[in-house]
Amino acid sequence: MTSPDPVLLPMLRLVGLSKRFVLHAQGAVELGVLDNLSLEVARGECVALDGPSGIGKSTLLRTVYANYKADAGEIWVNHDGKPIDLAVAAPRDVLDVRRRTLGYISQFLHVIPRVPTLKIVAEPLRRRGVAPSEADDHAAAMLRRLGLPEALWRLAPATFSGGEQQRVNIARGFIAGHAILLLDEPTSALDAENRARVVTLIREARETGIAMLGIFHDQPVREAVATRVFAMPRAASMGSAA
Amino acid sequence: MSALATPPLLEVDGLTKRFGARRALDDVSFALWPGEVLAIVGESGSGKTTLLNCIAGRVVPEAGRVLYRAPDGAAADLLSLSEAERRRLLRTDLGFVHQNPRDGLRLSVSAGANIGERLMAAGARHYGDIRARALDWLQRVEIDPARIDDMPGTFSGGMQQRLQIARNLVSDPRLVLMDEPTGGLDVSVQARLLDLLRDLVGEIGLSVVLVTHDLGVARLLAHRLLVMQHGRVIESGLTDQVLDDPHHAYTQLLVSSVLQL
Repeated sequence: MTSPDPVLLPMLRLVGLSKRFVLHAQGAVELGVLDNLSLEVARGECVALDGPSGIGKSTLLRTVYANYKADAGEIWVNHDGKPIDLAVAAPRDVLDVRRRTLGYISQFLHVIPRVPTLKIVAEPLRRRGVAPSEADDHAAAMLRRLGLPEALWRLAPATFSGGEQQRVNIARGFIAGHAILLLDEPTSALDAENRARVVTLIREARETGIAMLGIFHDQPVREAVATRVFAMPRAASMGSAA
Repeated sequence: MSALATPPLLEVDGLTKRFGARRALDDVSFALWPGEVLAIVGESGSGKTTLLNCIAGRVVPEAGRVLYRAPDGAAADLLSLSEAERRRLLRTDLGFVHQNPRDGLRLSVSAGANIGERLMAAGARHYGDIRARALDWLQRVEIDPARIDDMPGTFSGGMQQRLQIARNLVSDPRLVLMDEPTGGLDVSVQARLLDLLRDLVGEIGLSVVLVTHDLGVARLLAHRLLVMQHGRVIESGLTDQVLDDPHHAYTQLLVSSVLQL
């Protein structure tokens, strides 16, 4: 029996994932958020997480990214055709997976102050070894696609509007060509025109085989990008403390 | 490549150090891999600077080992090296960036001589080559090359810190120890230095042990984090994981005490 063809493996496979928070300063109150959750995302799929606010959609994305530490369960990522479980992987292996396979686009931009926008967007490519001038060219093309005025590229994004910052974040998230992307409300601060640009970007990424797991509160956006909806189960141990 | 395939550059094992009745370090162990930036955070008195000084051989611990893997793959305990061997290593393979640049620079010689010193310690003798490399490094740390013959005392604090970094990196060290490298600087200067350090570390593939009490600096520079309290490591892991999902009560307190802007 030969091992399964890596091309046919799911890009992301979550098995029995659980996550709770213990808040020591508040009498060690315990919040269970994810309870034995399982989910697979295949190449070219865009799975939309569905459920009311507070049910743990963002927590799930952060746990998959290993930004939150899973308490139980497995997070299998197809990394260069080899499965790796981020729930137990060494930190430097997690960083390698994030650099080359798994991207995460959060709602907010966290960067070093005073660094110009073009450099921020080009950084993921440079970290993968692409020459700075080439990385800058790709960054410029991505910012142009997202309609960010060229006059802003040399400026640091701290003073930009919410919608402009969000587009910088999206450009930075899509530029590295990650095979798996986690999207946390990527269009929340955008007007209709820019929303349409991002929708096009996501649909194109889908067509090239990128696997995506995301939160899209905006119903038309969700219908335009999602291939499937995953209803978030309510964790059994979830209290009303939140 | 799996992390298991590469051996660590540095292995600190069971370091213990007392000052009188107080334990400054209590059985501290960690490993550092090539290209990794490890931040050690904690409040004043938690033992983080003592840990850095033990690795650099400036403080002698009561127990423990500091295994350093030379380029030829052989690991040696830095604590049992002869003084001459340790000094040679500290001038070539290892760097130390002090919080106060005046502690790491020679103020009586020019900027160019400060950079050239480690090259000469490593055997360089050709004046033209040394000067060319000093000029190159001034540019890399964004200091006007025309200032090469100026004394460091005429530089601003931010420039002095960048000069100290150039002085350390010119000999292509594999491991640099940094003690609050942005600590004494204005925030405007701090941001630029952080950006520079991040670029240099990424380009060179340098390994860094960074001591800081500033969690923001740790987040921007470090891949991994050790949290220390009363001389012990109480939590460690991926930087963003420890800061965004702290498990230990003390780490939760540290993170929740940071002012949000």
